[in-house]
Order: sequence, then structure tokens, then C-alpha cells
Amino acid sequence: MAFKVLNPGLLTTVQDLGRPGYFHLGIPVSGAMDRYALRAANLLVGNPEGAAALEAVFMGPKLEFEVDATVAVTGADLPARVDGEPHPAWTAFPVRAGQTLSFDYLKGGARAYIAISGGIDTPPALGSRSTYIIGALGGYHGRALAVGDVLPLGAPHAVQHGTEVPADLRRTPGHSAELRVLPGLYWRLMTEEAGGNFFADEWKVAPEADRMGYRFRGGRPITFKPREQPFGAGSDPSNIVDACYSYGSIQVPGGSEPIVLHRDAVSGGGYFTLGAVVSADMDLIGQMQPNTRVRFVKVDMEQALAARAAEAQRLARLREALS
Amino acid sequence: MQTRYSYGGDEHIFVEIDEEMSLEAFFKSLSIANAVRAMRIDGVTEVCPANGSFQVKFDPDRIKPDTLMAALKVLEASADKAEKRLDTRIVEIPVYYRDPWTTETLMRFRERHQDPEGTDLDYAARVNGYDTVEQFIHAHHASPWFVSMVGFVAGLPFLYQLVERSRQIQVPKYLRPRTDTPKLTIGHGGCFSCVYSVRGAGGYQMFGITPVPIYDPQQKVSYLREFMVFFRPGDIVKWKPIDHAEYDAIVADVAANRYEPRTAKVTFDLDAFNADIDGTNQRLMEALHGV
Repeated sequence: MAFKVLNPGLLTTVQDLGRPGYFHLGIPVSGAMDRYALRAANLLVGNPEGAAALEAVFMGPKLEFEVDATVAVTGADLPARVDGEPHPAWTAFPVRAGQTLSFDYLKGGARAYIAISGGIDTPPALGSRSTYIIGALGGYHGRALAVGDVLPLGAPHAVQHGTEVPADLRRTPGHSAELRVLPGLYWRLMTEEAGGNFFADEWKVAPEADRMGYRFRGGRPITFKPREQPFGAGSDPSNIVDACYSYGSIQVPGGSEPIVLHRDAVSGGGYFTLGAVVSADMDLIGQMQPNTRVRFVKVDMEQALAARAAEAQRLARLREALS
Repeated sequence: MQTRYSYGGDEHIFVEIDEEMSLEAFFKSLSIANAVRAMRIDGVTEVCPANGSFQVKFDPDRIKPDTLMAALKVLEASADKAEKRLDTRIVEIPVYYRDPWTTETLMRFRERHQDPEGTDLDYAARVNGYDTVEQFIHAHHASPWFVSMVGFVAGLPFLYQLVERSRQIQVPKYLRPRTDTPKLTIGHGGCFSCVYSVRGAGGYQMFGITPVPIYDPQQKVSYLREFMVFFRPGDIVKWKPIDHAEYDAIVADVAANRYEPRTAKVTFDLDAFNADIDGTNQRLMEALHGV
């Protein structure tokens, strides 16, 4: 039970819900950038929500199946074809042994999730099949897929073809986004003016946007309150004594371009952070293309937890719809 | 020292023991971080100690942020009374200073450096007041270093020099980070040295390279079979200068699974260290060499 990679696309990796527990040794959680989309794709094909699937960035792979399977594609709008026949997104469809799954050009979003019945059965590393490329860990030999790779599949569960996610439970990425931010961490190092500008300005996703972090451009530079740099911190006012980073935390090296750390985050470093994007909005970042217009919206903890609860409710409705 | 607490989004609490680096801040941070781990608080999913700070990751569906915050503040009070002793190990890491690979890399990124005319070692020797690179290299490996944090990328140790602050090596990072650093480069930025566990981007000055792998996701290297990451916060490291022939010999021994880093169990007592730095380091070296 397997499929063969005829063309890997741009950057296609095996991802599940990640490997928590090793961040203190510099190994990040990894896993799907858009966890909701991964869960939906898995539920559609009868897999456990956290089964390993493919995450394809900007461009779909071309895969040849050696076995009959059920497939679902969610997340980015990347139209699927089986031997040339189009199939709708967010819907379970069959692929028979010998058939080829391919994709049209990207129409929206950044990352498509391709779940296959049985799940991808590469060997887990530290409890997860997610690929952490920098550390050459997990996934398929710790790297992105390449031509000729053959990936094993697990045993499938019975599933209904044509099952689909209701329209109101699909998240379709747009050209602009708001990201809610809880200010904190080293916020106090900035001038009051810079703090105001950060939330007032419109930012755009820079080309340097990947699984480690998303970089933004277009807002005014961050200015810092004058202070004597603490011992060990380094000379730039944006430097701190190297500390742990939160997932979603926003660093601004040199005060110029904010970077939001994501699933393959570096676990620490020597740049100040001004707060963190709330957990409820992390999936959204994974679907943003370069040049997406973004505003950061200031929230407090109560609002962050309310946003988290709303996401949990959406997931509960998804589970109910697909049960 | 002034402890500062902050939320990092809705899933992290960040605790900064002191904004400047010191062994006192490190010991207090590690002591509280270990206490948090030992308490096994329901909803706490990860505890990450760093140089002079630590971070707790939690699931706000299982524990309220302010409940956890209050619990951490209680722990701080008891950490002040804790003994500043650590049962740990000292490890000898061979370093080929001025090796061809980091030299080639630093030449490629010269336009990102403060001193485009010289090497990273020339620059570091000068800004630290050493007349020659040889004297600087000697200062780098003469005293042991303390692993005060593991992270950035998989298994990368940050190391803090066990000498008086006036003798600590300090070097600014590159003006703009490199996009490439050879695997197992010995780097230095601010007051910290590091070992780049994997190839990749980096902003620390490059002094040399070690033949000893410290991260092995395949877990084939003999001393990394139990776990893929070699270093833990609290490890003590002694650099040992080697030449090209010794470097090649160790690379061959590692490949044949004949190599084990020289290691000894030691106890590090912060008060004893502060009372007699040279004497404490002397005893650490005796332990390493089985004297």
C-alpha cells in the first residue's frame, strides 16, 4: 500500500499535528501550519484527525497510486484532478490503483492538505511523522518529497466517497487578514509611539515566509526607548540576552521587519519580541501568500481565550458534520 | 535581579529572572524551571529553561493563565532559598580553530561583517584586546564553559565562559546574519559561544569546527543512540585545541563508532565557584582528566 511521487511540486512535506515536548532542546513542534485544514482532510477520508498527510506549498504534487484509496484536499484552493478529471475540494473522492492525482494552479491560500485513507505510514520520530527539515527529522527521511519517492500508507477505514465539509465550515483564504496579538514579552523596550504604529500600520507578507516564520514589510520601523544594553545582550537595541521564544511571538530584528514564528520556530534567540499572535489565528498565517495585506489587532487575554473558544467550537461542528 | 513575568500569547508564560546574563540568573532560572517540571501541573505541556529566563507552555483549556501565573510566582520565593549546586558532567570537545571550512564560509560573507579585511578571529582578538589570534584562541579554550541553554535549532548549546566577567570574551554578532554556517562550527556572539548542531543560517562569529557530532536524528552515532541530542543545560564543556590531522582522525573514529567524548561526573557549586574561580576550574579539569 503506497503511492509514488512523479513530481513533488514546490515544497511538499509529510505533516501531522506535530511533536510537542522537545522545544527545550531546540526541536520545535512542527506539524501542519493549518491544523484545522489537516484535521478536516483526515476526517473526510476516515482517518484519525492527527494522521499524517501531505502539506503542499503553492503548487501541488503529482502522485501515482499503487492501491485504491480515498483522498481529500483542503486548505489552499488547489484544484485536484484524477487522471485529468476534476474533483471538488473539501470533499472525499476515490483514486484507484494505477491512477494519477495531480493539481491545477493555485487559486488562493498557500498550503493544501492532501489526506489519503489509511494515512501516510512513514516511521514516527519522537512520536510524530511531521517533517522538520532543518533538523532532518521525521517525515520522509527528514526532507521534502522528491521525484521517485515511494510513501507507505496505513490500513484504511471504511469511508463514504462524496462526503464534504459544509460550506460554512470551510475556511477560504483571502487577500487580506487580521491577526490578533496579545502584547507582552519585551513590549516595554519599544517607544510608545512604535507600539501605536505597529497596530496602526498596514503590513504585507514578505517573500521570506516559511514554516519557521512569516516576515512582514511595509509598516514604520520600530524605535526603542534609550537604555544601556544589559551584559550579554549584544549591542543593537533590538538585542536581548538570548531567551526562549513563544510560538506566534513577533520579533523585529533591528526594528525593521516583524517576523511571526510558526510551527518550525527557532526555540530561542537574541531578539526582542513584542508579544504573540493568539493561538486561534496561527492556522490563518499558514494560508497567507506573499503580499497579503495584514493588520495586527491588539487584544487582551480575555479576548484571546474567547477567540480560542470560538475556534474550538468550529472544530466541534466540523467533527459533528463528518461523524 | 528583578524577575519579570509576561504572557506569550495565550499558551505561554515567559519568566525573565534578570535582563542581564549571570550564573546567578541562570541557576535561579533553572531551579524554578526544574521545580515547575517536578510539580507536574496539569495543563503544563513544556518547560524551557534559557540563559537567564525560562518559558512554560500550557494548555489554557486545562489551566487558566492567571492560575498558572500565580503558581509560578509562589515557586520563585522558594527558589531563592534553594542550594546553588548542580550535579552534572564535564565534557571535552575538540576544536580545530581556524579550520578551512569556516574560513571559506566567512570569506563568502565578508560584506556582512564589521571587519571585511580580516577574519572573524582577527576581529574577535582585536575587540577583546589580544595582541595575537593565538593568545585569543588560548583564552577561548583555557577555561571551561557552562551550557546555559539548548535551543535555537535542534540540540544547539549556548555556552557561558566560567571566568570573571572582566575576562569574558564578548564579540558583536555579524552585521547581517549569514545564510550559511558549516555544521559543527564553534561560534560566538555577545558573551555566548555555541556549537552549530546543523548547517544553516547564523549570526555568530566563527572560530573553528569540532569533529564531534552533537545532534543525530538517525541515532547512529554511538553516544547518541539513547537520545539524538547530546547537550543538556548545566553541562560543562572544556574545548581542546586540535590540528587538521587530529580532526581527520576523530572524524574517522566517529564514522567507525569508535569515538566517545571524554566525560566525567562533577558537582558545580556556584558559591564555591564565586569564592575561588581558578581553584574551582582547576578541580573541574582534574575531574575531567581523572587526576
